Amino acid sequence: MKLYCLSGHPTLPCNVLKFKSTTIMLDCGLDMTSTLNFLPLPLVQSPRLSNLPGWSLKDGNAFLDKELKECSGHVFVDSVPEFCLPETELIDLSTVDVILISNYHCMMALPYITEHTGFTGTVYATEPTMQIGRLLMEELVNFIERVPKAQSASLWKNKDVQRLLPSPLKDAVEVSTWRRCYTMQEVNSALSKIQLVGYSQKIELFGAVQVTPLSSGYALGSSNWIIQSHYEKVSYVSGSSLLTTHPQPMDQASLKNSDVLVLTGLTQIPTANPDGMVGEFCSNLALTVRNGGNVLVPCYPSGVIYDLLECLYQYIDSAGLSNIPFYFISPVANSSLEFSQIFAEWLCHNKQSKVYLPEPPFPHAELIQTNKLKHYPSIHGDFSNDFRQPCVVFTGHPSLRFGDVVHFMELWGKSSLNTVIFTEPDFSYLEALAPYQPLAMKCTYCPIDTRLNFIQVSKLLKEVQPLHVVCPEQYTQPPPAQSHRMDLMIDCQPPAMSYRRAEVLALPFKRRYEKIEIMPELADSLVPMEIKPGISLATVSAVLHTKDNKHVLQPPPRPAQPPSSKKRKRVSEDVPDCKVLKPLLSGSIPVEQFVQTLEKHGFSDIKVEDTAKGHIVLLQEAETLIQIEEDSTHIICDNDETLRVRLRDLVLRFLQKF
Amino acid sequence: MDPECARLLPALCAVLADPRQLVADDTCLEKLLDWFKTVMETECSLHLLQDHPCLMELLSHVLKPQDISPRVLSFVLRLVGIFAAQEDCFQYLQQGELLLGLFGETGALSWAAWNMPSVRSGWIQGLCSLAQHPSALHFLADSGAVDTIFALQGDPSLFVASAASQLLVHILALAMQGGASGSSISEAAAWPVCAQKIVNHVEESLHSKATPQVTQALNVLTTTFGRCHSPWTGALWGRLSPPVACLFERDPIPAVHSLMDLLLSVARSPVLNFAACGLWEMLAQTLSRLSPTQAGPLALGTLKLQHCPQELRTQAFGVLLQPLACILKATTQAPGPPGLLEGTAGSSLTVDALLSSKSAFVGLLCQTLAHLEELQMLPQCPCPWPQVPLLEATVTILRLCDGSANPSSSVGGRLCGTLGGCVRVQRAALDFLGTLSQGTSPLELVLEVFSVLLKTLESPESSPTVLKKTFQATLRWLQNSHKIPNCSDLSPDALLFLGELFPILQKRLCSPCWEVRDSALEFLTHLIRHWGGQADFKEALHSSEVPTLACQLLQDPESYVRASAVGAAGQLSSRGLQATPTSPENPQAQQGLLMDFMHILSTDSEGFPRRAVLRVFTEWLRDGHADVIRDTEWFVATVLQAVSRDLDWEVRMQGLELAQVFLIQAMGRSSLHCPYTVGLPEATSPSPHPEFLQTLCRLPLFEFAFCALLDCDRPVAQKACDLLLFLRDKTTSCSGPQEAGDSPNSASVEAVLQRWREGEQGQPLGDLEPEAMLAILRSLDLEGLQGKLAKSSDHMEKSPQSLLQDMLATVGILEENEADCY
Repeated sequence: MKLYCLSGHPTLPCNVLKFKSTTIMLDCGLDMTSTLNFLPLPLVQSPRLSNLPGWSLKDGNAFLDKELKECSGHVFVDSVPEFCLPETELIDLSTVDVILISNYHCMMALPYITEHTGFTGTVYATEPTMQIGRLLMEELVNFIERVPKAQSASLWKNKDVQRLLPSPLKDAVEVSTWRRCYTMQEVNSALSKIQLVGYSQKIELFGAVQVTPLSSGYALGSSNWIIQSHYEKVSYVSGSSLLTTHPQPMDQASLKNSDVLVLTGLTQIPTANPDGMVGEFCSNLALTVRNGGNVLVPCYPSGVIYDLLECLYQYIDSAGLSNIPFYFISPVANSSLEFSQIFAEWLCHNKQSKVYLPEPPFPHAELIQTNKLKHYPSIHGDFSNDFRQPCVVFTGHPSLRFGDVVHFMELWGKSSLNTVIFTEPDFSYLEALAPYQPLAMKCTYCPIDTRLNFIQVSKLLKEVQPLHVVCPEQYTQPPPAQSHRMDLMIDCQPPAMSYRRAEVLALPFKRRYEKIEIMPELADSLVPMEIKPGISLATVSAVLHTKDNKHVLQPPPRPAQPPSSKKRKRVSEDVPDCKVLKPLLSGSIPVEQFVQTLEKHGFSDIKVEDTAKGHIVLLQEAETLIQIEEDSTHIICDNDETLRVRLRDLVLRFLQKF
Repeated sequence: MDPECARLLPALCAVLADPRQLVADDTCLEKLLDWFKTVMETECSLHLLQDHPCLMELLSHVLKPQDISPRVLSFVLRLVGIFAAQEDCFQYLQQGELLLGLFGETGALSWAAWNMPSVRSGWIQGLCSLAQHPSALHFLADSGAVDTIFALQGDPSLFVASAASQLLVHILALAMQGGASGSSISEAAAWPVCAQKIVNHVEESLHSKATPQVTQALNVLTTTFGRCHSPWTGALWGRLSPPVACLFERDPIPAVHSLMDLLLSVARSPVLNFAACGLWEMLAQTLSRLSPTQAGPLALGTLKLQHCPQELRTQAFGVLLQPLACILKATTQAPGPPGLLEGTAGSSLTVDALLSSKSAFVGLLCQTLAHLEELQMLPQCPCPWPQVPLLEATVTILRLCDGSANPSSSVGGRLCGTLGGCVRVQRAALDFLGTLSQGTSPLELVLEVFSVLLKTLESPESSPTVLKKTFQATLRWLQNSHKIPNCSDLSPDALLFLGELFPILQKRLCSPCWEVRDSALEFLTHLIRHWGGQADFKEALHSSEVPTLACQLLQDPESYVRASAVGAAGQLSSRGLQATPTSPENPQAQQGLLMDFMHILSTDSEGFPRRAVLRVFTEWLRDGHADVIRDTEWFVATVLQAVSRDLDWEVRMQGLELAQVFLIQAMGRSSLHCPYTVGLPEATSPSPHPEFLQTLCRLPLFEFAFCALLDCDRPVAQKACDLLLFLRDKTTSCSGPQEAGDSPNSASVEAVLQRWREGEQGQPLGDLEPEAMLAILRSLDLEGLQGKLAKSSDHMEKSPQSLLQDMLATVGILEENEADCY
C-alpha cells in the first residue's frame, strides 16, 4: 500500500492511494496562494494600479519592467494570476481509477486533473459538494475572465531570472508548473465526471475495495472517506469539524478500527477559537458602522458566510444596526443563498427540523425578505443604484487579487473610518493587503476556521484508535512561529507518519488475509470434526478460482480417468492433480502415558529427557530415539522399518485423524 | 411558659404520642425543641415536667413497644436530653428508669427504628444535651453508652458519625472538667475512668491500620484541641503526639487532610507550649514530606498562626510559593530572580510531578493564587513580601494562559500547552494580580502589567468572566499605579495606557455578548467616577468614541446593559463629558439625557434600568447637576409621579431616597432665605419656610410619602416612616396651635388614609393645605409604626403559640381528610 503525495498544502490536499490493485485519488485541492504574487485585477480602471512603476534590477537593468511592478516596496507580477497545481509527474494520473472529494474547497484543481492528464475514471462527491464546488469554480472563472488581460508574464519564471528577484518571488516554488485558470467549458466537462453519492453509501470499486463517504461536519456535504476491503480499513479524514454550525455533525464512530488514518485539513489557525472570532467580527463591524464607516468582508460565496449572516441576524437588532444595508456581491450570490436552503438533508438537526415547519433553515432568507440583506451578481447594474453608505459588503475573492473586492479596496482604502475584516483563513492578510499599501482603512483579522484543532484531534484519535496515522509534515511539529507550543502538533502513539509534497510513502501495514468464498456444494461435502468444544475442523480439497478480485473455492473436478498409457487429454491439463491425501493429525502426546504404552508393548529401559521444545524418549535397548515436539514427532531408528512402523502406530494412537 | 401554650401543650403531646397522627414537617419538631430550650433557660425543667404531666406521659410513652414514627422517637430522645441537662431533673428522670429505658442498651439501641439515621442522631444529641453534670457522667459510664458512641463513629451516615465524634469530645471535656485536679493533670493514669477510656480508644485507633479509624481518632482530637483550652489538653497532646508522629512514617500517610487539620488545631491552641511539645518540628517535617498539592492548605494555615517561629514561616511560605517558583524557573532565561523563590523551585522531578496531570496542576495553581491573595490581606502576611517575583510569576501565568509567552525551555513549552486558554487559572491570576496592585512595584513591571491587561482585554479568546475580572484588576492597578500621597491624578504611564485602552473599550462596548457590554460599561462608570474631573483623562476620553457608544447602549435589548448604560451616561453627564456637546443655545440637546432617563423611568419594562435611573437622579440632585437645578421642583415632581406608579419596590424606595435628599437640601436652602438665620449655629434646626411646605404639598411629596407608608413592601414603608419622622421633626417649630382634626380638610385626608389602609389606594388626597398635612403628620403614631415595621414580617408567625397551633391545625386537617375518605 502506497501513498503518493501530490500537494504539500495541509488543507488543500491531493494524495493518491494505491490499495489492492486500485488507484484512488484523495481530493484535488488547488493552492491559490500563488496569486498573492500577482497584481490585483481591477474591475474599474484603476489609475493607481496602472501607474505603478516597473521593477528594475539593482544594476538598473529594466528588462522585466513590463512584467513586474513595484508597490510600497513589494514586487508583483503584472499578469493574469496563476495557480500552483498538484504534482503531475510523480505518478501517471491516467492510471487513477477514482477521485474521492471530501469538500468543495478541496476540488478546485479537478479540471486540471480530469481534462489534461488522460484521466478516464470516476469522481465521487456528494451533491452539495458538487453544486457548491461548481459555484466556487464558476465564480473564480468569472472573476478572472471578466477582466481580460492581454499580457501573460513568463520571463520572470526563468530560473536564472527568478534568482535575481526579491522575496517572496525569489522563493516561489515550482513556478514553471503554475497554470492560468481553467475555462467554464473545462469546469463543465470535469463536473460531468462526478458521480453523486450519499453519506454511508457503499460504493464497490472493482470488487476489490469499498469506499464510503461519512459526514465530516465541516461544510454542506463535506465528507470523510472510508476505504476498506474485507480485512483492511483506511480512513481518510479531511476538513472535519466538531463544532455545531450548519452542517450535519461529524460521524466519528465509523472511523473506529482503522488500520491507517490519513489526517488532513485541520484548522489553519489553531490558536483562534471560532466563537471568539465571531464575537470579534461582530464587535468590529458594529464599531465601524456606528462611527459611520463601511465594512468590507472578503469571503468565499459559501461556507462561513452562512454562519456569519446567521450571527448578524441575531446581533444587528441588539446592536442597533437594523438600518444598515448588508450587500452580498458575487456572480453566484443568488445561487449560493438559495442552494443553502434546499440541501435540508445535509444540515444539522436543528436546521433540518425547521424544514418541516416549514421554515427556511437559514435565517438569511428573512434578512433578504426584510431587505436587510441584498445580493447582486456584481457591482455593475442594480447595485450601483441601490448602494447606500455606511454599509457592510461581503464579496470575493479573499485573496484580494480578483473579484469585486478589488473595487471596494480601491474605493474605501483611503478612509480610516472604513474597516476590512478578514474571516477566511486561507490567505495571509498582510500579503493580501500588500498591493493596496499605503492603506488608511482599518484592518481586522478574525479568521474563522471551524476545522479540528489539535486538542480535538487528540481526543478523536484516542476515541477511534487507528493503528497508524499519516499526516502532512506541518502537523508533526509546532508551527514555526510558535516553536515552543508543543501542544500545537499531533501527539499520538505510534508517532504519526508525515508526508510532504512529491513524496511517496509506503504505508506500514501488511495485508494478511483475503476473503474466500466457498461454493455451497463444496461446503455440503465437508465433514467437520470437533477437536475442542466449539472448534471443528474439516479438510478441504478444492480449486481456487479468482476473478474480478473475488476468490471462490470450487469443488475439485472428479478424479481423472486412469491415465491412458499414451498421451494425456488436453482438457485435463488445466485440472490440477488431486493426490489422495493422507489424513491430518491433531492432538498432543502425553509422555507418561506414551511411556506406559511402550512398556506394555514390551519396550523396556526407557528414558525420558526434557528438551527445550518437548521430550526425547530413549529406547536404549533398541537404540531408538523418539523426539516429541509440539508440532512434530520423529522416530529415529537404525534402518529398522518394522520397529519404526510399530512405534509410529503407537504414536498415532494418541492422535486424532481427520 | 405562657398560659396559652400551656393550654395547647396536652393536645400536642397527645398528637405526638399517637402513632396514627403523622407529623408531616420535621422543621416543626425542630422549632418545638428550640422553644423548649428557650423555656428552660428561664424555668426549672423539673417544675415544668411536674406541672405538665402530659410531657412526662409523652416521654414515657415511647418506652412502650408500639409503632411510633422515627421522627417522634428522635424528637423525644432529644427532648429528654434537654430536660436532663439540669441535674435535679436528671435525677427525677433516672428514678423513673426513663433514662436507661431510652439511652441504655435495652432502649433505643434495641428498637427497630435504630436503623434510621435520624433516631441514632437523636440518641446522640440527647446524650450530648444531658451530659452537663457529674451524674450524667456516671450514667454514661454505667449504661455502656460510650462503647456505643465508639461504634457510631463509623456510622454510614456522615451526620451521625460526626455527631458521635463531637459527643466523645464533649464527654471527655466534661470528665476532665470535674475529674482531674490540678496536680494530677500531667499523669494520665490519674484521669477519670471515662476520660481514660476515651483516650485509650483514640490511641488505639491511631495505631490502627485502617484509615477510617485513624481519621475518626484525628477528628476527635482536632475537635478537642479546637474546643478545649484547659491545661489537660497539653497532657493529652503529650501522650498522643508520638502515635500521631508515627503516622507520618507510614507510606502513604493515612488521612492526610485530617492530620493537617489536627496539627493546625493543636497549633492554634492557646494553652500548649509548642516549643516543648515538638509541634514546630512536626509541622516542619510534615511540610517537607507532603506533596505540593497536599501541603498548600497546611502552609497557609501555618502562616496564619500567631506565634509561629520565623524559620517555620519561611518554610511554609516556600511551600506555598513552590508552584509559582516552578513557573518562573521554567519560563525565565536568566538564572532565577534574586530574592524569592530561590531554592523553593525544587528539583525538576517536582516540576514533572506537577505537570503530570493537567487538572491537578490547574487546581494547585488556582489554590496557590487564592491562598496568596488571602495571605496578602492578613496581618500575618509574610514580611518582606516578595512583590516583584510574585508579580512576575502572575504576569507570566497570564501570558501562558493567553498564549503570548514564549519560553525557551521544554518545561515552559509544556506549561504553554497546559495553561493555554485555561479560564480557571486566568481568573484566579487576575484576582491575585488585582490584589498585588496594593504593593509597590518597579515601573517596568507596572508597564508589563498594563501590557498583559491590555492583551487580555483585547484578545478575542477572553471569556466574559475573564474580561470582567480584567476590568476589575485594571481599575485597581490604575488606582495604585503610583503612590503619591493625597494625589489622585493619573500617572503619565497610566494616561498612555488609557490611550490604548479606550479603542479596546470601544470594541467591547459593541460586543455581541451582553455580559461583556455590561462589564465594560461598569468599568467605564468607575473610571469616570475616579478621574472624570481630570483634564488629561477628559481629553483621552473625548478623543475616543466611548461616550457616544455608551449612550447608544441606553437602547440595548438587555436590561442589565441598559441599567449599566444609565449609570455610565449619568456619570458622563455629571462630569460634563456627555457625547453631545452641551451648548447654551441648544437647551433641548442639553436636556436630552434627562428626558431620555425620564423616558426610561416611565416606560422601561424591566426594573434594573429604572432603579439605575433613580440612583443617577438622586446623585444628580445631591450633586446639584445643572439639568436638575434648572427647575428642581419640576424635576422632583415628575420623578415622584413616575415612581409612585412603579411596580418595583426598589424603585419606590429609591424614590423616597430622592425625596429625602430633596427635603434635606430644600430645608437647608430655605433657611438661607431668611437673612437672620445665617449666623445661627447649626444645632438649632431651622424651620422650613411656609412656602416650602406649600411646595411639598404641590409636588405632591406628602401624598407620595403617605402612600408609601402603607406600601405592602415593608422596606418601602419603613423608609417612608423615617422620611415622615424627619419631616415631622423639622416642622414642629412651624406648626401653629392647631390640633389634628381642626383643619377643615384634615378630616377628609384622614378618611382617605383610612380607605388607603383598607386597600383602596386609587383615590388621591386632593389639594391640601400645609396645615392639614402637618396636623395629619402629628396625629399619626409614626414611632409606633416604626416599631412595628422594624419587626420582621413573620414575627407573628414565629411565636411559640402559633407554632403549637399550626402543628395542631395540620393534624386537624389530616383528621378532616380522613373523614373525607368515608
